[in-house]
Amino acid sequence: MTLGLSLGIVVGYLVVALGLGLVAYRVSETTAEDYYLANRSIGTLVLLFTTFATLLSAFTFFGGPNLAYAAGPEWLIVMGTLDGVLFAVLWYVIGYKQWLIGARNGYVTLGEMLGDRFGSTGLRALVAGVSLLWLFPYVMLQQMGAGEALVGLTGGAVPYWGGAALITGFMILYVAVAGLRGVAWTDTLQGLFMLSVVWIAAAWVVSSLGGVGAATEGMLAARPEFGSFGGGTYTPGFIVSTAITIAFGVTMFPQINQRFFVAKSATTLKRSFALWPVLVLLLFLPAFMLGAWAAGTPIEVPDGANVLPVILGEYAPAWFTALVVAGAMAAMMSSSDSMLLSGSSYFTRDLYRPLIDANASERREAWIARIGVAAFATLSFVASLFRPGTLIEVGDTAFSGFALLALPVICALYWPRTTRTGMIAGVAVPQVAYLAVVLSAVVGAVPTLPRTVFGGWDVALGLMVLSGALTVGVSLLTAATDEGDASRFAVAGD
Amino acid sequence: MTRSRSDIVWIPTFAILVAFAVPWPLWGVDRVVAGLPVWIWWHVAWLGLCATLFALFVRSGAWERGMGQRPTAVADAGTVEESATPTADTEGDR
Repeated sequence: MTLGLSLGIVVGYLVVALGLGLVAYRVSETTAEDYYLANRSIGTLVLLFTTFATLLSAFTFFGGPNLAYAAGPEWLIVMGTLDGVLFAVLWYVIGYKQWLIGARNGYVTLGEMLGDRFGSTGLRALVAGVSLLWLFPYVMLQQMGAGEALVGLTGGAVPYWGGAALITGFMILYVAVAGLRGVAWTDTLQGLFMLSVVWIAAAWVVSSLGGVGAATEGMLAARPEFGSFGGGTYTPGFIVSTAITIAFGVTMFPQINQRFFVAKSATTLKRSFALWPVLVLLLFLPAFMLGAWAAGTPIEVPDGANVLPVILGEYAPAWFTALVVAGAMAAMMSSSDSMLLSGSSYFTRDLYRPLIDANASERREAWIARIGVAAFATLSFVASLFRPGTLIEVGDTAFSGFALLALPVICALYWPRTTRTGMIAGVAVPQVAYLAVVLSAVVGAVPTLPRTVFGGWDVALGLMVLSGALTVGVSLLTAATDEGDASRFAVAGD
Repeated sequence: MTRSRSDIVWIPTFAILVAFAVPWPLWGVDRVVAGLPVWIWWHVAWLGLCATLFALFVRSGAWERGMGQRPTAVADAGTVEESATPTADTEGDR
């Protein structure tokens, strides 16, 4: 099996995805509502898969199996709980409420919604700025994943930077031509594709190992501690704080949060909600068990490589491995596209227009958005070359940063007494504190602040509590401003 | 009357669904059943239960009542299949 064919499959798949985006572009209108929200016309299947595919990232395909391989299959429980159950509940609590409010007042972004409610351009810009800040490591994570994936697939013939650069190029090209309709279409294609492929991969490996029972036996022979629930990395503190920070963080991701505004009808949201736990399980079970089972096989996973392509390379034909890597890279591309697209709407609507040029033409705004995307992706590409942590670590940092927004937003959605000062304090203070923790690990001159305390409890969880307490406490101490209007968020009684 | 008293039960239900998606009672248990650690089966079954109860939550109309919206008449009657239910929100289709 030649290198050329593997690379051909990867590039070919990316080109097909790009082609689909172009078709979607041709049927779309040129308004901002269509570009960012596909005219709020997304149906159940597409909404479900476009949200799902946004979660189909390097974090799931490479980071997840890697952690299961190193520390045990409990990662399935952590991700299943946070994504399948807690996120679904938040989908209702935050998502449906935002949909009701957004549809009523025509909002496109979270910052716009909050800025309008509290009559504050500053809050609007703050929320957008914070979101863009944490989007950066998560886009970088996809580039790191793609770089590692191609190194693994080609045995190092394509260098790490080459893979990262390839996906960066496709990302920029894709966002520039497609808009949300295109992203949503390819997400659906990719979601269905990856779901099938990951099951075929699991079946292939399991049958080579002699069945599920034999695979588990092999795993337990090599790592007996994998069989019992908990232990090692998986302390109660780790499980609880990871599940909570990631689930709340996911709801505040620009690309997920913006999905709350795009559903065609409430029925779409309701169906997606009920199907969600099953869909999540269908993806995570084979992906993470493959990682865990790999621990019982004689494969060697080199430093900085991902376990999934390695085990497939051992037990499945090369063309199939290439197809899985292609699918995973395309999934990362579509995650990143969603992120960059939403990020660009945060940038143009919440930062550029209100702060720099309120009268910019639509055409100018569209160009600013595209240039912004190219600059953002290029910078995160450069940062990805330094590989500042594992995929899980980088992802977790981003999730936690977003999670700190969640409680103030929930307060604003449900508690009319929330004030502008309360919101600003509740958002800004925990963000500054968390940024200090994260940066202290990167900057050599200062002592590194601990990320976890008391056996695996994440400090971000404590800061989440602080964010809620500050929002409520400061709101109680301050009066609502004249510009604020709580009735903007009222949805009941008609 | 937009919220029925029995809807309150959904709050503890959701809390339990979230809390026990993690198989806490099986902490440290290492039995293997049907080829997989038993706590993985707990999780699989639990997520199935979640999907079922989520569907029930939607179908019972608690979904709308929880936000102070009016469920559609058909959903109230509880007889019509979900797929036949027209859009439930008061704003209509967008």
